[in-house]
Amino acid sequence: MEVFSLISLWFIPVLICFILLYGTIKKVATYERFVEGGKEGIAIAVSIIPFLVGMLVSISVFRASGALEFLMRIFRPTLERAGIPAEIIPLAIIRPISGTAALGMTSDLIAIHGPDSFIGRLASVLQGSTDTTFYVLTVYFGAVGIKKMGDALKVGLLADLAGIAAAIIVVVFIFGTK
Amino acid sequence: MVNYIWVGMTIIGVLFAFVNGTMAAVNQAIFSGAKEAVTLCIGLISILVFWLGMMRIAEESGLLEKLAKLFRPFISRLFPEVPSEHPAMGYILSNMIANLFGLGNAATPLGIKAMEQLKKLNGGRNFASRSMITFLAINTSSVTLIPTTVIAIRMNYHSISPTEIVVPTLIATIISAICGILIDRYFYYRRSRKG
Repeated sequence: MEVFSLISLWFIPVLICFILLYGTIKKVATYERFVEGGKEGIAIAVSIIPFLVGMLVSISVFRASGALEFLMRIFRPTLERAGIPAEIIPLAIIRPISGTAALGMTSDLIAIHGPDSFIGRLASVLQGSTDTTFYVLTVYFGAVGIKKMGDALKVGLLADLAGIAAAIIVVVFIFGTK
Repeated sequence: MVNYIWVGMTIIGVLFAFVNGTMAAVNQAIFSGAKEAVTLCIGLISILVFWLGMMRIAEESGLLEKLAKLFRPFISRLFPEVPSEHPAMGYILSNMIANLFGLGNAATPLGIKAMEQLKKLNGGRNFASRSMITFLAINTSSVTLIPTTVIAIRMNYHSISPTEIVVPTLIATIISAICGILIDRYFYYRRSRKG
C-alpha cells in the first residue's frame, strides 16, 4: 500500500516534467502551446455552465422536496430482501446523480458506523468504484454539443447498477458482513 | 430521454414539495443548485486550463501518438470505429490512465478532448456515436487504482487500515467496467439489428 500512495504522490509532478522535457527535446514551443491549449480550457468550462446549472437545479429540487427520500422508502423493502443493507441504499441511489451529495453521504456513513465496519467499508468501496454518471454525461456531452444521447444514459445507469452489485459482493466476500 | 428525466425530476419535486410542505426548501434548492453548478464550473477552469495546456504540448510533441500506438491492440478492440492512428485514441488512453490513477481533475479535460475528436469522427453531428457511448460506459464505471478521496475520509475517521479498501475497490471497479462494456455491446447489437 505504501507503494500506491507513493505512486499517487509522484505521478503528477513526474508526468508534468516528462511532458515538458519531451516537448523541449522535440523542439516544441512549449510555453506558447501551453497557453494556446489553456485558452481552450476556459471556453470549455464556460460552455458547460448551462448544462450543469440545468441538471443540478433539477436534482436539488428533487432532493430538497423529499421526493428522493420517498423514492428510497419505496425501494427499501425490495432491496433489503435482495440482501442490500438499508443504510447503504440512499448512497447507492444518489451516487450516479450527485457526486457531492454522495461524498457527503459516504463520510456520514463512515462517521456513524466507523471506517472499519461492514457499512463503512461498503460505503468506501461503493464511493470509490462508481462514478457520477449524470455529471460525466452532462459535462462530456455538453462540452462538445451532443444533443441526442442515444443509449448512453441507459448504458451508464445499468453499469452503475452492476458496480453497486459488484461492490456489495466483493466486500461481503473479502471482509464478511461484520 | 434526458428531457423527460430532467422535466420529471423538477415537476415531481415541486409537486412533492406541495404535498410535503417543503416548498421553502425547494425555493432554496433552486438557487443553491444553480450556484453550486457555476461554482463547479469555475473550479473546473483552473484544471481545464492547466491540463489542456499540458496536453497540447504532449500532442504537438507526438507523445499522445506514441501512447496510442503502445496500447493500440487493446484499445482498438474496444473502439472498432476509431482508426488506430487517430488522435482520439491518444486522448481516450490518457483519460483512462488519468482515471486509473484517481486523477479525476486531469481525466475530465482529457475526456472532453476525446469526445471532441469522436464527434469529428462522427462528421460533427450532434448525436452520440457508438464510440462515444462505449467511452462513457467505461468512464462511468471509473476504473481506479487509488481512490484517494475515500482513503482520505477513512483516515479522517481513524481507520485502522485506511487503504484496506484499495484492492476490493479495484476488483469491484473492474467488474463494473467489464459489465459496462458488455451492456454497451448489448445495446449496440440491439440497435444495429433494428437497422
